[in-house]
Amino acid sequence: MFINPKKCVACGNCTYVCPMGAIYIDPAINRATIDRNECVECYGCFNGLSQEHLNPAVVRTMRSFFKMLRLRFEPEPDVCPTAAFEPDKLEWPRTVRRAFSDPRVPHESTGVSGRGTEEVKTNDISGRVKVGEVGFTIEFGRPGVGVWFHEIQKMASALAKAGVHFEKKNPVTSLMTDVATGTIREDVLGEKVLSAILEIKTTVDRTEEIIRLVWEVEKQIDTVISIGVGTRCDEQGEENVVAPILERLGYKLARAKTNVGLGKITMKDEEARQPEPAGAIM
Amino acid sequence: MTNTLHRFGDVESFRDDYVIFAIPSRGKNDKGSVPKLRQFLEMALPYHPVNLGDALHGGALRPSREMRPTAHWNRDMTPDFRAVIAGVDAPTTVAAVFDNRPAAEDFLKAVKTADLGMCVNISTSIDGAEQCCHAADQPRHSVGYSLGFEGKTEKLPNTQVLMLSTMCGHGMIGFSLAKKMIDWVKEGRRTPEQAVTYMARFCSCGVYNPSRAKRILEDARHRMR
Repeated sequence: MFINPKKCVACGNCTYVCPMGAIYIDPAINRATIDRNECVECYGCFNGLSQEHLNPAVVRTMRSFFKMLRLRFEPEPDVCPTAAFEPDKLEWPRTVRRAFSDPRVPHESTGVSGRGTEEVKTNDISGRVKVGEVGFTIEFGRPGVGVWFHEIQKMASALAKAGVHFEKKNPVTSLMTDVATGTIREDVLGEKVLSAILEIKTTVDRTEEIIRLVWEVEKQIDTVISIGVGTRCDEQGEENVVAPILERLGYKLARAKTNVGLGKITMKDEEARQPEPAGAIM
Repeated sequence: MTNTLHRFGDVESFRDDYVIFAIPSRGKNDKGSVPKLRQFLEMALPYHPVNLGDALHGGALRPSREMRPTAHWNRDMTPDFRAVIAGVDAPTTVAAVFDNRPAAEDFLKAVKTADLGMCVNISTSIDGAEQCCHAADQPRHSVGYSLGFEGKTEKLPNTQVLMLSTMCGHGMIGFSLAKKMIDWVKEGRRTPEQAVTYMARFCSCGVYNPSRAKRILEDARHRMR
């Protein structure tokens, strides 16, 4: 992302909306400036700020005048008054930042849409997580911290050593040069993203082992981690297998995503090779 | 991604937060799904959702590319549900957000009766989802538990900022914006209703819950934790 200094009036609105806190008013030029090292190319500023198209010179003059009088013009806080944000052309490997950070962009770099996959959200027709199995989503960087791929590498290596299988259709997996060792390609290790998810599936009896492993490795990782654990319910809609394990480990289970079981397969096999549904998965 | 799963809060804080979404599965039922997804959203309207969303185009409150200067004084804060429904033009995830359980239960019953064939999920407290399924006489198929946040949690802000910002699981509502909105409400510079609409416009898929956000802001007006 680029802020056009000819347009920017240093109102400061954008400094609050950047999820990574990567925008600041540079006192040397009195313009909003992006710390490119910290920017994850989420496009939150460009997509989220409403845009006015005011004349920058007029706005600067007014702001200077008000400032001299110690008056404060209080504009709407979600507006860029001069439409100063301009997307710049991203090159590999920086494209990875946007692919993992802008929820509306398909993963052109990886070939997979969204940061994760359908997980158990379509389990009623995909059968991805079967009875006796557990699907883990281990998400890094969320909320609001971000993560570098060299940090994710630590967890990926540890999980691979434990012999788990990474979900194939996952953006992080698609960046691995060796799935057996969890090795992520070297040229993206220096890239920061808003969040990224490692997805694995294992048997229920390994639930505690995997969580303890995550606990151990997360101590070495300089970001926040959120874990999701997906599993099947029984015929009556009850789930009394995995929840007790999680509670025994000290988790207070409050929130969940519940697949209601209303999905139906409507496509024939020959129709199945269609592009995947677009947009980020909720 | 797990966008609505990791909302921050305890069970009690989800009492007014029910996200029900429909998702087609690629290669299984995504072909011809657009009319069904629109129908799903249309069916939510009688139950008074607080937000509707489409993962490709956003929610019922969206930023403007051509905002007029006069909008600073008379900005339209009305959610445009019709625009969300009309905007669904490709297989994607669509969501309806409710702020009370009876509405969520009734909507789920209607969705079950309509038999759209889409995969339907509820994101709320575990108990809340169970009660909705029970009301619809629909046994749960699968469940994905949130284990919350761990690791370097010292990098996270206070609970109210966290509750406001994590309602966009895609991370589009920055901590600084949420904190600023709390401060503005505390200072009386904006009403909670206004502050909520600013944040909701950054949510890129329309799952932000303005009703819950307003309650959190009202609470924050009196105390910070």
